[in-house]
Amino acid sequence: MIKSNLFKLFSGIGHRMIGRIWRLGAGARLFFLTIIYSGESFRRFHLTLREVYFTGVMSLLIIIVSAFFVGMVLALQGYNTLQKYGSSEAIGVLVALSLVRELGPVVTALLFAGRAGTAITAEIGLMKTTEQLSAMEMMAVNPIARVVAPRFWAGVIAMPILAALFSMVGVLGGYLVAVPLIGVDDGAFWSQMQANVDFREDVVNGVIKSLVFGVACTMIALFEGFDAPPTAEGVSHATTRTVVISSLTVLALDFVLTSFMLDV
Amino acid sequence: MDRTTIDLWVGMFVALGVAALLGLAMKVGNLTSSKIGDTYTVSAAFENIGGLKPNAPVKSAGVVVGRVADISFDTKKYEAIVKINIDERYAFPTDTFANIYTAGLLGEQYIGLEAGGEEDILKNGDKITQTQDAVVLEKMISQFLYNKASETNTDKKASDTKADASAADTKSTDSKSTELGDAPF
Repeated sequence: MIKSNLFKLFSGIGHRMIGRIWRLGAGARLFFLTIIYSGESFRRFHLTLREVYFTGVMSLLIIIVSAFFVGMVLALQGYNTLQKYGSSEAIGVLVALSLVRELGPVVTALLFAGRAGTAITAEIGLMKTTEQLSAMEMMAVNPIARVVAPRFWAGVIAMPILAALFSMVGVLGGYLVAVPLIGVDDGAFWSQMQANVDFREDVVNGVIKSLVFGVACTMIALFEGFDAPPTAEGVSHATTRTVVISSLTVLALDFVLTSFMLDV
Repeated sequence: MDRTTIDLWVGMFVALGVAALLGLAMKVGNLTSSKIGDTYTVSAAFENIGGLKPNAPVKSAGVVVGRVADISFDTKKYEAIVKINIDERYAFPTDTFANIYTAGLLGEQYIGLEAGGEEDILKNGDKITQTQDAVVLEKMISQFLYNKASETNTDKKASDTKADASAADTKSTDSKSTELGDAPF
């Protein structure tokens, strides 16, 4: 009895592991196919532009509003601690560095996964359920070139722009709280920030991070949609998985990228 | 939606992104402020540079006049060779004194230049001969403790020769007292 239960446990773990690895391989295959067939998404660029509109422009509001609040909270919390050490002028550095290096790319990617990633998964999953993808194949239209690749490049283009906007708006939010509201010196706020934020080390590294997150988030959303079982339940599960896997991947990738970028 | 409307929105989106990146570069980052124009390079040898890093500021009278370009190690003399880029607008005499200071109590380290009285000025590739090393906190503390220990040793010797009569008493109190004050027990 115990033996068979134990056997079930191990076979269950093995089954899940094999399932995960199979999905990883299938995702990688879809990624390479997308790269190979992405010629059309540049030749007929309006397809990609349409997707930039739906993933990027439509995400603007949530990105800007949350960036504003994140910046304001950072300034409040930072001031609370920094003034204990008599260095409240360093608030600008704190807000700018944490936004440009970490929060900008990461929070943007998390919001992007929730706002745009789910939409991509649901759309492609429903396309598959209603057999639109099969119909395309019947008409000798490659669904990867026509549906997947434009969405992929749109995500890769939109993410760095959104992350840069997030960082900038966040800094402005932090400025609003620190300077007019708390009364930190205006000049010290900006000059300390400029003295400590390096363009290549901090800003460009943040953009690189957001590019990587853009590839990861969009690819996960596309794969989950492409792989969803063609049922209502399947699409709903796929959408959930998109958010969960994207968030975990972004956080794990962030650690890896940061450990490469900071030479400790 | 109409294709041209989409193009317009996407164009605005990209323009916003470029503007944000420019803002990050100019207003938040140091793309504008780190430019110190044309420079000349001088080098200085230090026995200990502490936590000095490349790109650290070089200040004279508190004004940033240059940046640390490169730090290397001389295996012949076992010294650190620090290359400094100084703005060409600022000329320093050849007997300029280079110190490594710390901004604040635990802040970053920078090089302070103090001009001497020589007529000749430093040129590209010259070497600053008069330098002072970074203050290493551990060294200072150990020196302080060493001095304190030697002080208490001499005190002890003095009291030993003085109070031979009541030897047992003084010995017990002596062994308990430290430089931090008498032990509470």
